[in-house]
Amino acid sequence: MISISNLYKSYKTDYNTLEVLKGLDVEIEEGEFVSIMGSSGSGKSTLLNIVGILDEYDSGEYRLSGRLIKDLSQKDAAIYRNELLGFVFQSFNLLNFKSAVENVALPLYYKKISRKERLKLAEEYLDRVGLKEWAHHLPNQMSGGQQQRVAIARALISDPKVILADEPTGALDSVTSQEIIDIFKEVNNDGKTVLIVTHEKEIADDTDRIILLRDGVII
Amino acid sequence: MLDYDKWQEIIDSISKHKLRTALTAFGVSWGMFMLVLLLGAGNGLRNGVNHNFLDDAVNSLWIWGGSTSKPYKGLQPGRRIIFHNEDYKTVEASIGAVEHLGVRYWLRGGAQVKRGNEVFDYPVRCVNPGHRYLENTIITEGRFINDHDMSSAAKITVIGQLVRDAFFTKDEAVIGQYINIKGIDFKIVGVYLDEGQENEMRNIYIPVYTAQKVFEGDDIVDQIMFTMGDISVENSALVEADVQRLLAERLNFDPEDKQAIYISNDLEEYMKFQSFFQAIKIFVWIVGLGSILAGMIGVSNIMLIIVKDRTKEIGIRKAVGATPASIISMILHESVLITAVAGFLGLCAGIGILWGLESLMTALEIESEFFRNPEVNFGVLAWALFTLVVTGALAGLIPGMKAVRINPVEAMKG
Repeated sequence: MISISNLYKSYKTDYNTLEVLKGLDVEIEEGEFVSIMGSSGSGKSTLLNIVGILDEYDSGEYRLSGRLIKDLSQKDAAIYRNELLGFVFQSFNLLNFKSAVENVALPLYYKKISRKERLKLAEEYLDRVGLKEWAHHLPNQMSGGQQQRVAIARALISDPKVILADEPTGALDSVTSQEIIDIFKEVNNDGKTVLIVTHEKEIADDTDRIILLRDGVII
Repeated sequence: MLDYDKWQEIIDSISKHKLRTALTAFGVSWGMFMLVLLLGAGNGLRNGVNHNFLDDAVNSLWIWGGSTSKPYKGLQPGRRIIFHNEDYKTVEASIGAVEHLGVRYWLRGGAQVKRGNEVFDYPVRCVNPGHRYLENTIITEGRFINDHDMSSAAKITVIGQLVRDAFFTKDEAVIGQYINIKGIDFKIVGVYLDEGQENEMRNIYIPVYTAQKVFEGDDIVDQIMFTMGDISVENSALVEADVQRLLAERLNFDPEDKQAIYISNDLEEYMKFQSFFQAIKIFVWIVGLGSILAGMIGVSNIMLIIVKDRTKEIGIRKAVGATPASIISMILHESVLITAVAGFLGLCAGIGILWGLESLMTALEIESEFFRNPEVNFGVLAWALFTLVVTGALAGLIPGMKAVRINPVEAMKG
């Protein structure tokens, strides 16, 4: 599903070049539940952003679901993101002026699905993460765990092949974190590939495979 | 279906950011509102003074006698200069620029005007047929004084609307009726209106020859005036000098004596006002452009802040699959919708106030010499609104395009 070979990525500042990823090779099969671990600065978030087509890479090759992801136009990147990927972020990244159900429905707006249909579907997905009652609340009326569940529902609604989560439990207490991980497990059981970036060992231990990054290479 | 969806999304976004929307809207509304008021006030001022000139022909010279201030050919200063019928006929014949010539003569000691038991004091103006062009007299019933009335010294009269209202009821026929002026019956042959000041319609006109024969027995006229057709201010000044020279020769006074006769050049006065208005107009335009510019800057600033404020939202939308074009289109639609609606409301408010002011003035019958009919030019306003909307759009577009280029991950951190 995700095939990365000899991937390089560096960030240029005015004075020097910071090499973040130095010839990375990663293979993730369809349906896998994988975590990426590493200390801060190890390049794990950069890797996730490249996998999520949110960032570009310098050299090497990245294939997603068989397609070469390189030098895409902004529009194509948006379409691939919309169709293949679902994102969950540490800071939830919900739109504060939209209710839970509208947030969940947002990806379908860009798939040009009618409002009625996408709101109906969004309610179903909210039900799946146990938030049916909260559909019409605004994000700031909900707890962190609830907001993250809304974000997961949003990531799932476009039925992507891959769910990418960047420190999804980083802002949550341990009990809530476990609930979130349980949801990810269910999602994975439904056949989706799940890739989680985390620095928490307990979270990583719940996944099928751990990829350890240090200084831009896998160890 | 899709468009409906898009607009719903936009209206949703606008309605959930009330402060942001209100700030933008206020900037645009205020700009348009002030512009309408300014243009309206400027036009009102101009219309007001222009209207004062409606009363008289604006291209006319008015001449009346004074007293000599300089000795001339052995004559002492302080001599009164009096015009006679022959003088005005000479002016009419000798000055090429004369288009219509009028004369005026006042009954000495005023005049009591009677009809039956009703007695009023109305000014009686003894004039010739050409006088009507000088005062822009509009005949509403019957006719004005004609040459035959003059030569036959007919005892006829043309009365103003206010005189008619005083002596007669609305439905009463007045033509052929008589009024008594200083003991002599005059037959009414016409009624007139005057668009300028209302007081003009208090006058009673009778043929000047009749007055000379019946009341005084001489051939004096008090005032000579004539219109000059399409003439430039420079040429009208030349005519003025010609008249001075001609009358100086006929009446034996120093051509340089500015007090022997008085000449008032209406065209010159009118042109002075016109250039004054040109100045006001330019001033109003400068202030108007200034307020539009201020509006543009205000709207641009707010748009910049809004897009900055929305960076995170843009990042989130990108992450869930929004194309750059869809985001730019969303920002543009929102800004155009807000500025257009707000600008239109400001425009309506401004026009509403002008309209209210005008109907208030009409209702209270306020006749101001300096303010009248504060109209505005809709074409100008449409352009102003268009400019504001385009500015708002551009001001949103540039930072919007920048925001769209930002990596969504970076944007979401903000």
